[in-house]
Amino acid sequence: MWAYIVRRIIATIPVMAVVALFVFSLLYIAPGDPAAVIAGDQATPQDVERIRASLGLDRPYLIRFGEWLWNVLRGDLGVSIFTNLPVSLMIAQRIEPTLALMVVTLVLSISIAIPMGVIAAWKNGTWIDRAVMGFAVFGFSVPVFVTGYLLAYVFALELDWLPVQGYTPIRNGFFPFIENLILPAVALGSVYIALIARITRATMMEVLQQDYVRTAKAKGVGSRGVLFVHGLKNAAVPIVTVIGIGIALLIGGAVVTESVFAIPGLGRLVVDAILRRDYPVIQGVVLLFSFVYVLLNLLIDLLYTVLDPRIRY
Amino acid sequence: MKRRDLLKSAAAVPLAAPALAQPAGANVFKVIPQANLTSLDPIWTTATISRHHGYLVYDQITAVDSTYTPRPQMAEGWTVEDDGRTYTFTLRDGLRFHDGEAVLAKDCVASINRWGRRDQFGQELMAVTDELSALDDRRFRFRLKRAFPLLPTALGKENASPCFVMPERIAATDPFTQIREAIGSGPYRFIPGEWVPGAKVAYQRNAAYVPRNEPPNWISGGRHARVERIEWTIIPDPATANAAMQQGEADFWELPLHDLLPTLRRNRNLVVHVRDQIGTYAMLRFNHLHPPFNNVAMRRAVAMAVNQEDYMRAVVGDDPAGWKQCLSYWTCGTANESLAGTEHMRNPSIERGKAALAAAGYNGERVVLIAPSDFPTIFAVSQVTNDLLRRLGMNVDFVSTDWGTLVQRRASREPLERGGWSIFHTTWSGADHLNPAGHQPIRGNGTNGWFGWPTDEQTETFRAAWFAAGDAAAQKAATEGMQARAAATVPYVPLGAFLHPNVWRRTISGVIDGPMLVFYNIAKSG
Repeated sequence: MWAYIVRRIIATIPVMAVVALFVFSLLYIAPGDPAAVIAGDQATPQDVERIRASLGLDRPYLIRFGEWLWNVLRGDLGVSIFTNLPVSLMIAQRIEPTLALMVVTLVLSISIAIPMGVIAAWKNGTWIDRAVMGFAVFGFSVPVFVTGYLLAYVFALELDWLPVQGYTPIRNGFFPFIENLILPAVALGSVYIALIARITRATMMEVLQQDYVRTAKAKGVGSRGVLFVHGLKNAAVPIVTVIGIGIALLIGGAVVTESVFAIPGLGRLVVDAILRRDYPVIQGVVLLFSFVYVLLNLLIDLLYTVLDPRIRY
Repeated sequence: MKRRDLLKSAAAVPLAAPALAQPAGANVFKVIPQANLTSLDPIWTTATISRHHGYLVYDQITAVDSTYTPRPQMAEGWTVEDDGRTYTFTLRDGLRFHDGEAVLAKDCVASINRWGRRDQFGQELMAVTDELSALDDRRFRFRLKRAFPLLPTALGKENASPCFVMPERIAATDPFTQIREAIGSGPYRFIPGEWVPGAKVAYQRNAAYVPRNEPPNWISGGRHARVERIEWTIIPDPATANAAMQQGEADFWELPLHDLLPTLRRNRNLVVHVRDQIGTYAMLRFNHLHPPFNNVAMRRAVAMAVNQEDYMRAVVGDDPAGWKQCLSYWTCGTANESLAGTEHMRNPSIERGKAALAAAGYNGERVVLIAPSDFPTIFAVSQVTNDLLRRLGMNVDFVSTDWGTLVQRRASREPLERGGWSIFHTTWSGADHLNPAGHQPIRGNGTNGWFGWPTDEQTETFRAAWFAAGDAAAQKAATEGMQARAAATVPYVPLGAFLHPNVWRRTISGVIDGPMLVFYNIAKSG
């Protein structure tokens, strides 16, 4: 087991190297010029050239890539072209809101979606099942920003129960922290809830047809025990897989959600950086996202062994 | 008490961790600025948001008023000798930077030198400067090659880039490299530890600042710090910013969407006001190096068909108070406004444009129109031009891209087949086009000039005459000459001016009218 974990961690190195090469090359060939953005409309082409030279953007590809890679290997993600701040500091400033949004969304989504899916499978064919599936279709179909605006309109503007925008760190109190995150988490979680609920329902329906479930029922195990002990545990592997894959969905959705609710997270940081062509910031955040995703896959693989003793590495 | 506050107070008691000390509400002025503050250096970048930052943190030696007359600001005054070839400025007593150091004449000299290498007006001034030196701690002197009557105006200009004064050690930074510290002597101190680019910027009142006694007029006069703290919250989504204003989560919104103005006006707690009556000017810029617009007759044909109302309605909608027609190449409603030579633009007509194009020999040459889809105002006017050119029968290649790509592509002087371009659009503050000092697109200095590169020696001669002019009449003659040449050679087509209102809560007072948005002088009650 430990040998497997070490092997997998070592395997992340070539993956990250490919990601680094890909991201750097893509940005290099992409059109756009941060020097021209900095110089603004007042500047002459000569001014733009001088700014480009001062930023080192006129140097050859290989030199720039080599220098960046060397710095990354030493843990230095570089300095933002625009703000002059270290990229690692900018990421550190923005990672907490994104992490908080994702954790709250995950907790909210899992605690709603799994019971929904289990109940829908249990009440298969009834109005409860149809209602859950109807919600799932709705959740998939409505874009996150539409859900976000609707929630903000009803619960912030009309009812005045929750704030419209912003983020408060948890160190400033749990209530201010959570009241800022409820609407974004519900908006972001709507797709995720739909996804997990559907998979849970489908997997549970399959599991509930198995012989061991019939045996459990015959032995007099109650509905709750059948569903949550015998059923759900055996349905857990595909559900966990979807939860893991869905985190990538959350990262994408967080970009939109952070804009709608003005949460100062990593999603907005990377979008702003792309629009301005702030290359070191884009490269840093994409590397971070890739690393998180690789680790997440490892974590899910390890979770399989906990959920299904038959799986061994 | 708001419902949410009541709920919060009930629920927060057992749950909340010890709250961090927060300033009282009335002393914190919460602003939703027009953009993210990405750079702290208002000389290195011409970004408007960096200029807003500059006006809080830095001070200026002189400052222009609403008649564009320079008034003393950090300067106590100045003397002019030697037939206008020697200017000696004396600083006010007691000026201090935010790090506690006294502001000295050598700081002004270093700051002027850095600004003078980047700003267009500054470059004109430095080109006639023989020597700029500090005489003692409070006095510095310009020795000029020839008289430059606009020297105090240059130092006190309001728009990109104002001559902000920094400590010598910071101003010694190469002007093409960004400074790393924001230390000035202005009414507010920047708080670096609270700066989260893309999210938040905070300023604290500079208790040591001594404002002038004169009432504020544009950027001249007293700069008072009336609130203890100013916080900028970056909210990129207009709907969210609108909701934040409606709910009282922000006090001031710099750039509300025109579509949202009716909703905002209905809220009795909010004031919707056009602070800048000069406005923002849209333009259609030609590439003068390549066909078809290297032919003046083609440019004039397009200008004949441009109806400014179509453009302005695309930007502001149906609000007639939201825009104004302006055929002048100088800002309308100001001293230099002129209609000289614009007869062909006064009654726009597609049919006349078509006939003029045919007469000019248009033969289906491709026109590459680059448009930034992430810049709603500019994209809207680009789409109107796309439709106009097609109706004129031109072969248009409409390239929808983003601003970051557009600013790179417009720098290309290559022909179309090698990635060049024919037309792009942009907007300028009317304050930039008050006179030749800041008006780049009207110039005729060819490939040394602004993107599009028109060449017209007569325009440049008139421009030089304006800088050398000793009185208002001579200046007016020069700007009239430039206007007539622009109308004849069409370096670009003016598309009209639109007005951006600001929105603030009724608890806010002291907002200064003028083209520059400054956050000092503003007070908050309740």
